[in-house]
Amino acid sequence: MSERRLEAVDLHLWRGDRHVLRGLEFSLGGSECLQVTGSNGSGKTSLLRTLCGLMWPEQGRVLWGGSDIRRDMPAFHTDLAYIGHEPPLKADLTPRENLLYWAGIRRRLTGDEANDALSRVGAAAWGDRPVRTLSAGQKRRVALAGLMLLAAPLWLLDEPTTNLDAEGQQLVSSLIREQLARGGLVVAAVHHELTLAGSALRRLELAGG
Amino acid sequence: MTFKQWFHRLGSPPHVYAFAERLTPWFAWSAALLIAYGAFAGLVLAPPDYQQGEDYRIIYVHAPTAWMSLMVYSTMAVAAAIGLIWRMKIAHAAAASCAPIGASFTLVALVTGSLWGQRMWGTYWEWDPRLTSELILFFLYLGYMGLRSAMDDMQRADRASAVLAVVGIVNVPIIHYSVTWWNSLHQAPSVMQLARPTMPASMLVPLLIMLLGFTLLFAALLLVRLRAEILTRERSASWIREAVSP
Amino acid sequence: MGDAVISTAVNVRPPLSSPLEAARLMLARDIRLALRKRGQIIQPLVFFAIVTTLFPLGISPELSRLRDVAPGVLWVAALLSSLLALEFLFRDDAHDGTLEQHVLSGQSLAWLMFAKTAAHWLLTGLPLAVMAPLAGLSLGVPAASLGGIVFSVALGSIALSLIGAIGAALTLTVKRSGALLSLLTLPLSMPVLIFGARATELAIKGAPYGPPLYLLGALAVLGVTLAPLAAAAAVRISLE
Repeated sequence: MSERRLEAVDLHLWRGDRHVLRGLEFSLGGSECLQVTGSNGSGKTSLLRTLCGLMWPEQGRVLWGGSDIRRDMPAFHTDLAYIGHEPPLKADLTPRENLLYWAGIRRRLTGDEANDALSRVGAAAWGDRPVRTLSAGQKRRVALAGLMLLAAPLWLLDEPTTNLDAEGQQLVSSLIREQLARGGLVVAAVHHELTLAGSALRRLELAGG
Repeated sequence: MTFKQWFHRLGSPPHVYAFAERLTPWFAWSAALLIAYGAFAGLVLAPPDYQQGEDYRIIYVHAPTAWMSLMVYSTMAVAAAIGLIWRMKIAHAAAASCAPIGASFTLVALVTGSLWGQRMWGTYWEWDPRLTSELILFFLYLGYMGLRSAMDDMQRADRASAVLAVVGIVNVPIIHYSVTWWNSLHQAPSVMQLARPTMPASMLVPLLIMLLGFTLLFAALLLVRLRAEILTRERSASWIREAVSP
Repeated sequence: MGDAVISTAVNVRPPLSSPLEAARLMLARDIRLALRKRGQIIQPLVFFAIVTTLFPLGISPELSRLRDVAPGVLWVAALLSSLLALEFLFRDDAHDGTLEQHVLSGQSLAWLMFAKTAAHWLLTGLPLAVMAPLAGLSLGVPAASLGGIVFSVALGSIALSLIGAIGAALTLTVKRSGALLSLLTLPLSMPVLIFGARATELAIKGAPYGPPLYLLGALAVLGVTLAPLAAAAAVRISLE
């Protein structure tokens, strides 16, 4: 198994005139979690999107497994699961339909696996109502189910605990713990500390842009 | 200087700015001279046409501007493609600079074409393939400029309009072919006979001179606009202060 | 215990979906979504009907005169209607974040864009091709020409969907992009209009309409090959 490692090398990113990322560097290995903190506008989302390959830095590189992600983006993307601010769900589909589609275009998926994921996040009861009718917290849980189903070694999460109650936040922590136990990597932009007792938690604080 | 150094210089705004500043007068003056001589040769020296009399002389403005309208679009598309593929901001700046110049050339070509048509056919507009293609090209320019202005983020405006320019240039031959095909189906009024292989030298030479003059004019205008674009884009950079201070 | 460890290791991952499977899922999803929001599909068709009504009102109730302008009227109305329909191609996906999941799916974005445009054509172009003969009848075209009208509109609308997808992707981030989208898309659609209207005109006259139909087909093939690439590039740019 090739060593899974996510590296940022001398990342510089401008948004318009603002120099958002200034020479950012880090190296994250398997079973490690990088917690990114910073005030609003400090570039957390921009960093995550640059790590995804959705934005290209003006300078610097992102490396996955030692090679530049730009060399083979599709392959990198199959190793990646990204959830942004809003849970990426179609309002007119049910959670189950959303999951079958979202994970299904990446990997072979059975209905049972989708059901299992929904149960795990506590969404089994309302898995067949249109997402339109769900609360923000419920939508976030469905997104977490999708995260599990994508079965990716690298997780990039933008404020994963938004809109979640205490139980929901516990769920996020345990999911991250399981991912790390599998040898996966997590990069999470957060406002509050993640509670990951006993795990390899690395911290990155972004200064204001 | 190695090729790599030269290529790097080409992408560096301060270098391009200085380079453009030095070259502009050369292009501008040679353009002025050529156009002045070409106009004189075409309007005064060249003999009257046996069919159209003196009316054909508008070709000395119409033909070069029509040709340039297409040339500028191609240049714009190439610059945009370079900017898109190699992510060179200066290429995007060049493409942005081309657009208003090309649109102006197109407009002049349309107006002179219309005036010429008025003398030849008695109407200010006819749907002949040349004029129709020229009109559609004008819309393509307007679309490009419209897309640019609709986007606040300069980088997105650059890249989106670059895709549009490349799509446009692929479509230009298709549009031209379809318009010619369309025109040939319905017995439309006579096409302007611009490509006359039997044009005597005394008529042809001024035309070529004008063409060259307009090309140099385009180069001069491009360099002027390019400098303005660079100033806008790099306004927060440190080298600007030195470059613009007297 | 060993099995459990292996099965939870990151090595053992489920097999990836094939491009065909992804396209099938995309098609199914888009059709399902459209059927749940039927207004989106019906409104462009109503628009088409209304526009074709404008011309008799503006020209003359005489069918003989209308028959002469029918090809142009049908095709202009079809063009404008397909412009309207482009609104829903990407807009919703861009707003709820699912479009960027497509970019991150690991599948070829151009292929996904092709599948999406194919679904869009099934939902908009094909119904238009079915409605066009009805509009044609209202403009006095002979019944024998209806087949030709259906073919030409069906084929032409393929190219229109593909070209429109590029414009829609480029203007994703522009608010109230209707006029700009028209400005970008209509000049590029003019060849389709020319060939399509000619095919319709020949069909109405009872003459063989093969040649312009082949040209429409050529445009469709060109569109299928190149447009998804441009649309994918445009989507990426809009998401940056």
